[in-house]
Amino acid sequence: MQAADERAPGRPRTPRCFLWTRQPPLASLKVGRRRVRARREAGPKRFGSGRPLMKRRAFLDGLIAAAGGILAAFVLYPILRYLVPPKAPEAATRRVVAAKKDEVRPGSFKIFPFGGEPGILIRTADGQYRAFTAVCTHLGCTVQFRAGERVIWCACHNGRYDLDGRNVSGPPPRPLERYDVHVIGDEVVVQKAAGA
Amino acid sequence: MSVRDWLRARLGLESVEHLIEKKRVPVHRHTFWYYWGGMTLFLFGVQVATGILLVLYYRPSADEAYESVRFLMTQVSFGWLIRSIHSWSANLMIGAAMIHMFSTFLLKSYRRPREVTWLSGMALFVLCLAFGFSGYLLPWNQLAFFATKVGTDIMAGVPLAGPFLARLLRGGDQITGGTLTRFFGFHVAVLPLFMTAVLGVHLFLVQWHGMSVPAGVEARAEATREMRFVPDFLLRDIVGWLAALGALALLAALFPWELGLKADPYAPAPAGIKPEWYFGWMFQTLRMLPSRVLGMEGEVLGIVGFGLAGIVWTIVPFLDAPSGRGPRARLWSALGALALLYVIVFTLLVYLGRPPR
Repeated sequence: MQAADERAPGRPRTPRCFLWTRQPPLASLKVGRRRVRARREAGPKRFGSGRPLMKRRAFLDGLIAAAGGILAAFVLYPILRYLVPPKAPEAATRRVVAAKKDEVRPGSFKIFPFGGEPGILIRTADGQYRAFTAVCTHLGCTVQFRAGERVIWCACHNGRYDLDGRNVSGPPPRPLERYDVHVIGDEVVVQKAAGA
Repeated sequence: MSVRDWLRARLGLESVEHLIEKKRVPVHRHTFWYYWGGMTLFLFGVQVATGILLVLYYRPSADEAYESVRFLMTQVSFGWLIRSIHSWSANLMIGAAMIHMFSTFLLKSYRRPREVTWLSGMALFVLCLAFGFSGYLLPWNQLAFFATKVGTDIMAGVPLAGPFLARLLRGGDQITGGTLTRFFGFHVAVLPLFMTAVLGVHLFLVQWHGMSVPAGVEARAEATREMRFVPDFLLRDIVGWLAALGALALLAALFPWELGLKADPYAPAPAGIKPEWYFGWMFQTLRMLPSRVLGMEGEVLGIVGFGLAGIVWTIVPFLDAPSGRGPRARLWSALGALALLYVIVFTLLVYLGRPPR
């Protein structure tokens, strides 16, 4: 189509290609009036190489597309930033009062909040306190204490930990992090182990 | 076979393409008013988009609503921008809808066969007002609380069904957290459902009948000039939409929507309290009515008056002359102009006039 146009002499040539057109290969070799006419007929301004730059129409199309793209970026950027939730204030909790002294009877347990996550405070049959994170290392369910079997058990996938927090059966890959427990006055205070 | 052909064969794109190619917009001295429906639609789109974003952080309970909006405004990146644009766009949208409605009225575009288009448009307008009213309460601040109190009290003044309606709206006898939850439900579920359905009908009818040409223009038998909807009219539409988007960004940046104080049911109403501007003319009317008129309570009279006026306004296609010409048509044009004047003057009075007492 385009080639046919270029060869037809005498007719003002309208470049068909969207972005640019190629000069007929021989036109740039011709000299004198033919070359001038070839240039004139080629329509849009060319620089140097004989390859015309864009037509004005194509340039404007490009300009509009670019402006639209920039506008879209201006609209989308705030939206994307908005979708990312702001960072919650860093949970710098290292120490909490988990329970009152006589709240947890021997052979039972309590889930308490520890920085935005649950912790588990266990009182063994002999009255000792132990505390761990209550977040199962497998898929994050909250664990519980089973006094009869003397294990910490996760109901979701039957994971078991012993009373030192070691993963002893089921899918959990790692032990539970253990916390220090101190009884201060009538409060049971749980804190992260030194160095943790 | 190109993707385009593949889709064309399966989605019936030809008929859509045909429709797009065929659609024409008449060009005459009133063509300007054709842009306002599209403008309203654009601003509605902005409302949908920003509304969806707001729901991601908003919590509809009396304990958390105010705090969640405050969190949104202060902690979330660009939260202030999204909320301010939502509030400003709501106001501009109702403004655009009003311009669209009054121009449609005064150009008598509701004449046969477009009566149902007018009715659906009125339904959309009422839905817009309901959106505005229900959305206003959601931040659970002082102004919102008392605006809702007054608004639902007015509803209670409706003869016969009033008290029932007010209870239905409030979800009880008082404005409580229950009201907030209820309004949230209206705002994000019930109203959008109706809006989508009625808007679909409205837009379909506009395509079905084509643009209305005012009787005066038709009679003068001006050579009916037209422009293609795509791309000629649409591109002009887009220029307007870009301007609106720019205006929204400017308004949101210069005048971010305030949050105010948290609602306290046991605090007195703050001084200078007034409703959103689009309810202002009704508010001003009620404020200026004496307490007893002709043996009726002033407020009840006002409410009944608004109701009747609204009904007449809605059924005007059936009252006006179908030809759009003659004395009857001129009477209705005059009434429309009068209504417009009344609304403008009474809206301005809210902001310029000194309140009585």
